[in-house]
Amino acid sequence: MRMAEYIIIGNGVAAIGCIEGIRSVDKTSSITVISEEQYPVYGRPLISYYLEGKTTLDKMNYRKPDFYESNGCRVLYGKRAERIDKDEKNVLLDDGTALPYTSVCVATGSTPFTPSIKGLETVQSKFSFMTLDDSLSLEKALNKDSRVLIVGAGLIGLKCAEGISKRVGSITVCDLATRVLSSILDNECAALMQARLEENGIRFMLEDTVTEFNGNKATMKSGASVEFDILVMAVGVRANTALVKELGGEVNRGILVNEQMQTSLSNIYAAGDCTEGMDTSLGERRVLAILPNAYMQGHTAGVNMTGGRELFDKAIPMNSIGFFGLHAITAGSYFGTDEGGEMYEERGDGTLKRLFTKDGVLTGFILIGQVERAGIYTSLIREKVPLDSINFDILKKNPTLFAYSQNQRRKMLGGVV
Amino acid sequence: MKRVYVNEKWCLGCHLCEYNCAFANSGKKDMVDALKGKPIFPRIHIEGNEKISYAVSCRHCEDPMCVKSCIAGAISREDGVIHIDQSKCVGCYTCILVCPYGALATNADGVMQKCELCLQNSCGAPACVVGCPNNAIVYEERGDENG
Repeated sequence: MRMAEYIIIGNGVAAIGCIEGIRSVDKTSSITVISEEQYPVYGRPLISYYLEGKTTLDKMNYRKPDFYESNGCRVLYGKRAERIDKDEKNVLLDDGTALPYTSVCVATGSTPFTPSIKGLETVQSKFSFMTLDDSLSLEKALNKDSRVLIVGAGLIGLKCAEGISKRVGSITVCDLATRVLSSILDNECAALMQARLEENGIRFMLEDTVTEFNGNKATMKSGASVEFDILVMAVGVRANTALVKELGGEVNRGILVNEQMQTSLSNIYAAGDCTEGMDTSLGERRVLAILPNAYMQGHTAGVNMTGGRELFDKAIPMNSIGFFGLHAITAGSYFGTDEGGEMYEERGDGTLKRLFTKDGVLTGFILIGQVERAGIYTSLIREKVPLDSINFDILKKNPTLFAYSQNQRRKMLGGVV
Repeated sequence: MKRVYVNEKWCLGCHLCEYNCAFANSGKKDMVDALKGKPIFPRIHIEGNEKISYAVSCRHCEDPMCVKSCIAGAISREDGVIHIDQSKCVGCYTCILVCPYGALATNADGVMQKCELCLQNSCGAPACVVGCPNNAIVYEERGDENG
């Protein structure tokens, strides 16, 4: 077999999935990883846990130190892929190097989106919260008296808030949305999480945003003003699609990929936060910028790049996020009654469970506070298990394999899975 | 590879496996000292009702969702055994979100744990199997097909 040359653009979790996917089939061909960041792969979501003191720099490595070497990968740190020449089959780097490829995986991730707000350039101390370097620079800037303004009450903004809460004077979070974590929680569930954050000193200004900055002062849409020492912009992210887009590849909000993680261009694959694939719980394409999907997409891309075959056809949104000890686990899509959906609900002391069903399958759930064994629900969504094939009444109350028939359970527990 | 399997027909639902598991992983020499009067955090749990019961623990899947999903890279597969590096775990619960068997849960300190076949403790063989009074839980090699 002729040796292949694989190039992976990006060095995040999708890239690692890709390397491991390639090596599950092809142990010998060359793999080159182009890494803009100067670090070996680390778990991006760990940057808030780092600030919180729940992990340390030496524990943030996502793989063992000898990972690249033992997988026969060459990593080009501090390099940027400027463009792909699909006719010559080269990836062109910012230093002028042209790297030939037989197949390439675009795993370029996303970039924080900065809205144009009047006077933003007058703010001295402003940060994004996306990379380890962001986290380290924020850490350098903060002190116990810092007044921090975070624009964006999504996953990134709020994890940042939790991460620094014990290390700064005050935190204000503003968002145009009516609730926190609006992409994954409904109003009532969001209110529970918000209450926990507020109990821990975080102040919210919802349905409000900054209209103008003037040095250390933000003027809000509501007319209020907020004085701050540190600004964190966590409005959202944009998929890095340029490399594929400029070649005429199909791009929407992310690079369009099929179940084999192929883009519309031959021998060019894509994986991770830069892509837009099918959300099977919704039945529509979406950017699903979550770590598990990045890994699985990367792995699938890697296998298919070698000529092997693997499908990633069970992508759903799913998140596990906790604040100050209150955990929320969510997955899938929540269809309202107007869309033919139904909801089952259970409330307890500080806990809330909502299961969403439609057309005889579980399509989504939100669990707050009590999250044990949530994966049993997640699996029902991913596998589209017909609810009439299991005892859903048992399962509603409690995620347990007891809801499955003895035969189904024998398959799950009695053999190699 | 040898894994832990349960035979529903023989399981009495006595929960001894849970106690033996918690003890084996406690690092203590005395069972009373390890368990008495304390909440226990076993890595195996009994499900079912009065008629049917069975124990559930990590399946050591061939294609483990927890390994692929761990945000810290703390879960790995080594010689078929799924292992958690607890020093790397940040307690994000993503593994709880994805495990189809509900086989991961926290220890007393909120750090994730799961069955590691007693390979990491002094037991040497799975304590749940050794202590099962009706031999309902076994530690053996099975193929893909047989149930």
